[in-house]
Amino acid sequence: MTPTEEATRTADAERDETPNDERERRQLEETWKEPGGFFGWFRCVHHTTIGRRFIITAFIFFLLGGVEAVMIRIQLARPENRFLGPDLYNQIFTMHGSTMMFLFAVPVMEALGVYLVPLMVGTRNIAFPRLNAFGYYVYLFGGIFLYTMFLLNTGPDNGWFNYVPLSGPEYAPGKRSDTWAQMITFTELSALVVAVELIVTIFKLRAPGMSLNRIPLFVWAILVISFMIIFAMPTIALASTCLILDRLITTQFFNPAEGGDVLLWQHLFWFFGHPEVYIIFIPATGIVSSILPVFCRRKVFGYTALVLSLVSTGFIGFGLWLHHMFATNLPKVGQSFFTAASMMIAIPTGVQIFCWIATLWGGRLRFKTPLLFVLGFFLNFIIGGLSGVMVASVSLDQQVHDTFFVVAHLHYVLIGGAVFPLFAGFYYWFPKFTGRMLSEGLGRWVFALFMIGFNLTFFPMHQLGLKGMPRRVYTYLPEMGWGGLNLLSSIGGLIIAVSVLLFVIDVFRSLRAGELAGDNPWEADTLEWATSSPPPAYNFARLPTVAGRAALWDRREDQPIIKGVRSDLREMLVTNVLDAEPDHKTVLPSPTIWPFLSAVAVTGLFIGSIFTPWAVPVGAIPVAIALVGWFWPNRQEHEEELSAERDGRPPQEVEA
Amino acid sequence: MKENLVIDVSDLPGYAFGHRSVMWWGTLGIMVIEGTMFAVMIGIYFYLRGRVPDWPPNSAPPELRYGIANTLVLVASVIPNVWYQRAAEREDLKKVQIGLLISLAFAVAFIVLRFYEFTTLNCHWTNNAYGSAVWTLMGLHTTHLITDFIDSVVLTALMFTNLVEGKRFSDVSENAFYWYFVVITWLPIFVVIYLVPRWI
Amino acid sequence: MKTATKQLRPGRCLALVCAASVLLCSGCAGVQSALDPAGLQAHRISRLWWLMFWVCLSVFVIVMGALGYALWRSRRRERVATEPEAERSMTRWVTGAVVVSAAILFILLIADFSTGRAITSLESSDAVMIKVTGHQWWWEFTYDDPVPSQQVTTANEIHIPVGRPVRLEMTSHDVIHSFWVPNLHGKTDLLVGHQTVTWLQADRPGTYRGQCAEYCGHQHAHMALLVVAEPPEDFKAWLDHERLPAADPSNDEQRRGRQIFLTRAWVMCHQIRGTDAGARSGPDLTHLASRQTIAAGTLPNNRGNLGGWVVDSQGIKPGNKMPPNELSGEELQALLSYLESLK
Repeated sequence: MTPTEEATRTADAERDETPNDERERRQLEETWKEPGGFFGWFRCVHHTTIGRRFIITAFIFFLLGGVEAVMIRIQLARPENRFLGPDLYNQIFTMHGSTMMFLFAVPVMEALGVYLVPLMVGTRNIAFPRLNAFGYYVYLFGGIFLYTMFLLNTGPDNGWFNYVPLSGPEYAPGKRSDTWAQMITFTELSALVVAVELIVTIFKLRAPGMSLNRIPLFVWAILVISFMIIFAMPTIALASTCLILDRLITTQFFNPAEGGDVLLWQHLFWFFGHPEVYIIFIPATGIVSSILPVFCRRKVFGYTALVLSLVSTGFIGFGLWLHHMFATNLPKVGQSFFTAASMMIAIPTGVQIFCWIATLWGGRLRFKTPLLFVLGFFLNFIIGGLSGVMVASVSLDQQVHDTFFVVAHLHYVLIGGAVFPLFAGFYYWFPKFTGRMLSEGLGRWVFALFMIGFNLTFFPMHQLGLKGMPRRVYTYLPEMGWGGLNLLSSIGGLIIAVSVLLFVIDVFRSLRAGELAGDNPWEADTLEWATSSPPPAYNFARLPTVAGRAALWDRREDQPIIKGVRSDLREMLVTNVLDAEPDHKTVLPSPTIWPFLSAVAVTGLFIGSIFTPWAVPVGAIPVAIALVGWFWPNRQEHEEELSAERDGRPPQEVEA
Repeated sequence: MKENLVIDVSDLPGYAFGHRSVMWWGTLGIMVIEGTMFAVMIGIYFYLRGRVPDWPPNSAPPELRYGIANTLVLVASVIPNVWYQRAAEREDLKKVQIGLLISLAFAVAFIVLRFYEFTTLNCHWTNNAYGSAVWTLMGLHTTHLITDFIDSVVLTALMFTNLVEGKRFSDVSENAFYWYFVVITWLPIFVVIYLVPRWI
Repeated sequence: MKTATKQLRPGRCLALVCAASVLLCSGCAGVQSALDPAGLQAHRISRLWWLMFWVCLSVFVIVMGALGYALWRSRRRERVATEPEAERSMTRWVTGAVVVSAAILFILLIADFSTGRAITSLESSDAVMIKVTGHQWWWEFTYDDPVPSQQVTTANEIHIPVGRPVRLEMTSHDVIHSFWVPNLHGKTDLLVGHQTVTWLQADRPGTYRGQCAEYCGHQHAHMALLVVAEPPEDFKAWLDHERLPAADPSNDEQRRGRQIFLTRAWVMCHQIRGTDAGARSGPDLTHLASRQTIAAGTLPNNRGNLGGWVVDSQGIKPGNKMPPNELSGEELQALLSYLESLK
């Protein structure tokens, strides 16, 4: 029997429930059900609910960022175009970059992690579920804040990187720059709390048998980026705080006249900014590693090499930031080190690509839409990676830095390297999220249009950069000879828009009338496919155990089942870090309004503090009250906890 | 239907201490985040130091007396913390309550001394980048301190109610764990703020 | 299944064909093109570019070829090929590919270092020294000279001698800008609180356009400059002429124009050496009429454009620092006559 046939047989067998099982399942449903009604919406704490909201919100921001991109392309389609004046254009390209990087790219990858990781590791909810909800609301409010300010003509207009002195108190009057800086605070807080939850889930809540060398590659990817987020994001949170302090209470961090330094901003920003792009790319590689085995009907080639590549990319990614500052006249010796490091990071990436090709080489392929997007990823990302090697060179970068060549490079790696795998992931996991399949036929059209549109938009930009067109220009002179390529690029942009529109249409159509998916329509190997589509609120009727890397394909005849976790409480199994052996049990919190209220209080503090420093002590009071409300247990929670603790032995008696 | 092996977890504990507990890992995560933030802030301080010939530029270094006093208070506060952490792991409620209160007293002393520290920094954040860095570094640590203090007050109050269960003792243990972090992060900050301007 | 691959190939082929034809049709030459080098450094960088381009293209073709072959093979496959033998062989191939990639990267690294050394070794005691100050949104150039009265200040256009190194010491008056003349060299930023240095050397005469390449606010898009490289004798003649104060008006209309200039707002920002106008917050206008463009490379320098600029610069470069000016028709003509006389 092939692995997939085996998995199907086992799944079928498990559906033969005894009456006991059915009783237990119904009790689980009752215990874990999500609150309904209007107010209930604000109290949900299950990871699939929050994850779904996260994904949808991030996708809406993707669409908004896309609209901004189309507006940019319309303005640049002809020289001396008057579609957008300089002020609006500068706000729009800033909003485009900020939306895509802060409100879409990182959140959507974390969102996939929030939804899938607990399922993939075989547990019932993410660690710290209330914090998860809080993280979502803070992200949502941050995005709403940014767009509200934009609509009030106070949108940031100094680029997504907001360099000083242009963004400082002297040259950026008003609240535009502060809006950007505080949007950072919202999104970084959200990303950080989610990162902590994901790490703890991956370390402590895995199914027995899922030792560290058996976790799916997507989970490895999420683990690596969660660590990266923890080390990278505080830097930019601090930098944006220093900027607000300079603007609001006259600190002098970035003022050369009083001992500050304009380059300090760039160092801080890019120390975060470079890892940021790997934070976006690495989960995409996790998606590719998830999809390839399924559509090649074999296990991925080189699991260990792939894991080591992920980890080393994460590490090396922190040592590249200076390559964004090659034009600032820093000492040559230092620059050379960063060139070497920037080229070196291509090696682990290359390892991944070769392992994937090896996987395809030995596989029996099914050319469904997820695989098509993965193949598109290969073509586009490799172009982006190669142009990356080019810009790693100091000498060449001095010509192409801050030109459309870099715009081409970054879009090839970000769209090619992250958005294409993301769309592959959407087509792959949509059945799991919703219980219905997306349309294969429409999917091929979406893919083809996206491929053509994307390459038509961004490939000419390589040439434009080399022909002297700088970035962030709202128009250009006709005699420069850039009009033709720009027009081509803008047409490509419209084709992308059509492709995305088709995708959105397909989503709505499939939600209502798509083919029913069943548990495992792709005959895949990871644990999320071992439960219904969409998963019930308790994820698995029986907590799974695992015997190999491909959980469902390596399932044994006598695969152990877990007994003894209560179904009348939100009880979960905590396992140890290395071997995932059961260690103790814990009761997770039930739905509550406090994460939402805390997020509202925090939002008040953040928004107030760009207007007056007093907002900090004053705003801290509602935050403190909300947090106390969150943590203070009520009688029912106390009784439940006591009841659960009485089941087991005291921890002091049990060896770790 | 075939027989499956059964892993029976019904008598496993319902809570755990130290690195076995999920909350411990969450607390560790917060420590790493805040530690990174302090490390970056100290990095900013040294970066700005490298840009000017004199340090501090145009002012005296912060006065030592309150800084040293506070450091001593903070280091001493480790003792009650260790005491009540051990009591928590033995689930000795009385000792935990006493220990938390003593620890809070130390925290109050520290906050009062911190207020005096701010008055003797000999610089202002608007004067120059040095002043900005010193005030921001002190400000970050003070925020850190005050939020942990409030957190501890809430936990202490909780330990005097009848809502105490095994998991609470685990939370108390983690509270001590976090306090050690507050103490340990202060030491390099003390060196940077008070000693570095005198040495380099 | 067949339709999927059929759809796949046309999509990808179309994309590649479009890309290739675009590349071929557009060419590389251009007035601000990095691939049309006219200076030592741009030449070396252009060589590095072509080396990297061909290497990267080859790598791309090989990797895509391997991918394509893997896809093609799998269509005829009956079962997956994951026997230990096949896996071991595959491991050898993957390892080999990684080793070859690392070697290629190493070669490119050496090429980069070698280029870097070549383009920074222009230090010379014979260099022309120019101080560059960036402003929102124009370029201030001062030709340095040990004798202060021999220093020349101009704006938005510099002349340099062919074959002689030019050292630019740069700083910014307000925000970060970037000096970039692609035909001659890569870019270097103009920072606040730091001085940055770059070297240029043109090896053939010509007029080369540059543009600010660091986003600097509203009119970043319209902050261009011209570098005119000329034979050394022509350069010397130009510099000597620039050192002279402004020409005196030669007729009544020009005198009237000068009077309008000196009694209205322009004198608050612009210097015309040889008159009372000595302010430095706007471009030096002493030899305005000798420049090819106005408004930092935005418009050709002719009477019509100059008139439009003087009256309503906000319509041409919205947000720039010069306010609109109200002038009667007669006043405008007089002023323009004067400005045109400032050769």
